[in-house]
Amino acid sequence: MKTLRRMGNWLYDRAGLAPLHRFLHEHKVPPEVGRSRKGWYYVFGQALVFVFLAQVITGAALALHYIPAPDHAWDSLNYLNTEVFWGGFVRGLHFFGASAMVLLVFVHMSRVFLTGSYKFPRELNWISGVVLLLLTLAMAFTGQLLRWDEDGISTVAVAATMAGRVPVIGSHLMELIMAGESIGGATLSRFFALHVIVLPLLIFAVIGFHLFLVVRNGISEPPEAGKRVDRTSYRAWYERRKNEGGSTYWPDATWREMVFVAFVFSTILGLALAFGAKGPGPPPDPAAVEAIPDPDWFFLWYYSLIWYKPAALDQLVLVWLPILLIPALLLLPILFSGGERHPGRRPWAVFLVGASFLMWATLTVLGARPYWVPDFETEPVAEEVLRDAPAEARTGAGVFHFRGCQFCHVVLGEGGTYGPDLTTAALRLSPEEMAVRIIVGIGNMPAYHGQLTAAEVEAILAYLRWAADLHDPANEEGR
Amino acid sequence: MTRFRKDAKDSTDERAQGQDREGAGTDGCASAASNRRGFLTWLSVGIGAVLGAAMTVPWIAMFLSPLRRRDPPVWRSVGRVEDFPVGATIQVTYRDPSPLPWAGFASRNAAWLRREDEARFTAFTSYCTHVGCPVRWEPGAQLFMCPCHGGAFYPNGAVAAGPPPRPLDEHPVRVRDGAVEVQAIGVPVPREEG
Repeated sequence: MKTLRRMGNWLYDRAGLAPLHRFLHEHKVPPEVGRSRKGWYYVFGQALVFVFLAQVITGAALALHYIPAPDHAWDSLNYLNTEVFWGGFVRGLHFFGASAMVLLVFVHMSRVFLTGSYKFPRELNWISGVVLLLLTLAMAFTGQLLRWDEDGISTVAVAATMAGRVPVIGSHLMELIMAGESIGGATLSRFFALHVIVLPLLIFAVIGFHLFLVVRNGISEPPEAGKRVDRTSYRAWYERRKNEGGSTYWPDATWREMVFVAFVFSTILGLALAFGAKGPGPPPDPAAVEAIPDPDWFFLWYYSLIWYKPAALDQLVLVWLPILLIPALLLLPILFSGGERHPGRRPWAVFLVGASFLMWATLTVLGARPYWVPDFETEPVAEEVLRDAPAEARTGAGVFHFRGCQFCHVVLGEGGTYGPDLTTAALRLSPEEMAVRIIVGIGNMPAYHGQLTAAEVEAILAYLRWAADLHDPANEEGR
Repeated sequence: MTRFRKDAKDSTDERAQGQDREGAGTDGCASAASNRRGFLTWLSVGIGAVLGAAMTVPWIAMFLSPLRRRDPPVWRSVGRVEDFPVGATIQVTYRDPSPLPWAGFASRNAAWLRREDEARFTAFTSYCTHVGCPVRWEPGAQLFMCPCHGGAFYPNGAVAAGPPPRPLDEHPVRVRDGAVEVQAIGVPVPREEG
């Protein structure tokens, strides 16, 4: 024991740990952060640092076995899942860690925004934070491609096509993303280099700067309603308040952060144990036209947004929104560096955060079960259901399935949900009205003139008439 | 700002030392020392900046290198003329213009080849014009359909439904010695609408 203590003392002296020790013990935070429940608002940043370090470690572990070559990457992932000791588990940790990072980045940012902590003198804290947000999203995006399955490569094709919509430099952006004019041998190497070397180095550097600023400018005190940021006196006032009534960062504020880190880590661990690795899905063949791209959950909201926004706003949502959002976020603390910090006095800020989270959650849920995707696997209506149908209605049921009407329409319980359920359509519409809709199309429905013969249209109408009769209340009473 | 203040402080210190040692302050000496320090500062910063930039240049050049490559149009044979019945739309697969030896799957691309009549062929890319998801031909419905946002195209490539802003892109096709050849193109660049 004594020897251990002596060794400790030796290290303390020779490594010059005194300043670090002093820093931890004497670094002051505003009294509320250390001693009131409000301290819990300040735990997210630390959790991000820890999750990032965990990502670096699990990522480095995966790199021991991952082969960043297009003809072997997919095999090496399956090898990791099945053969490597803890391989699948570590892949799970890395995936859920990435998910936690994306989620926490937005939570952390919302907290900073709501408490007005980005205002004077902490403008650069926010700006470096925005850079970290973009780097985190870039990691999520490049990581999805490294899974090198069907979803991974279609995500890149989609991202490249969206980038291609940018005026003037669009086609060049596409070539930079795909490392050429199509997804090929060089695409994976490029994403590997970015995901494993370039972006992590940048994140380390910017986190370092961000943390330096947190210490230099001090943790923002919880805002008080009615108190405006005064640029001339704030710094002196803050120092006084911190040093006179404040508590020390260690351990008064640290313990909450560590408890939250423990919560985040156990969640990640639990999810990785319960669900294991994500994918890889079917092998990455750009010629696989049967692929149905399924973006990772953190990009699902955008996939839904592209569907739900009006068609006329395509260029706005796909191109200008992302391009303008970044400078807007960067400029926020410059434009609004003074004024009230308390969320109670900034209703628009609260509304913006609330509306964003509500929209994000709604779009994510809707995107998880997209009704607008045609049901390519739809089965014909069962024989028993058609038992009593007249011959022409039976033919119509066959046409309805074979001709793909059923991809988008449900009749008698079978079919896709893109268009309306047509089981009782014949109760609302005359045969002529239905025929016009089939032949000329309506809204998002294609016009089938030239696609269907007159006899086929007749058969479909007979089928819909018969199906509607089954559900006609008048018939129910008669029976 | 800070730098100048620091310089000013340093030069007063020096002056104080000089007075101690020699008993006479000379402003000329102090300003010469400060000039020297300024020069050495700029020299060090300059060397660091130039070397730093020089070290990043190769990375940037390599990162941008895909921009400079312009492959000449490459024609790929996708089958014999008689393999394609008139009126049918069939998936064909072709290799990238210059596939890397280790590309594996990734060098493959799909197109939809439609034989219009005895002599004419049309080839559509398999990328939806909306956001680039893979479109599939549904022979029953006689439509190209996209699984992402419900886009659909008629057999001639025109938009039938959903959000796609323009018809499917086409590959140039030709027939050489009884073989159908499509020009290998990458992911189509979205053109301005209209």
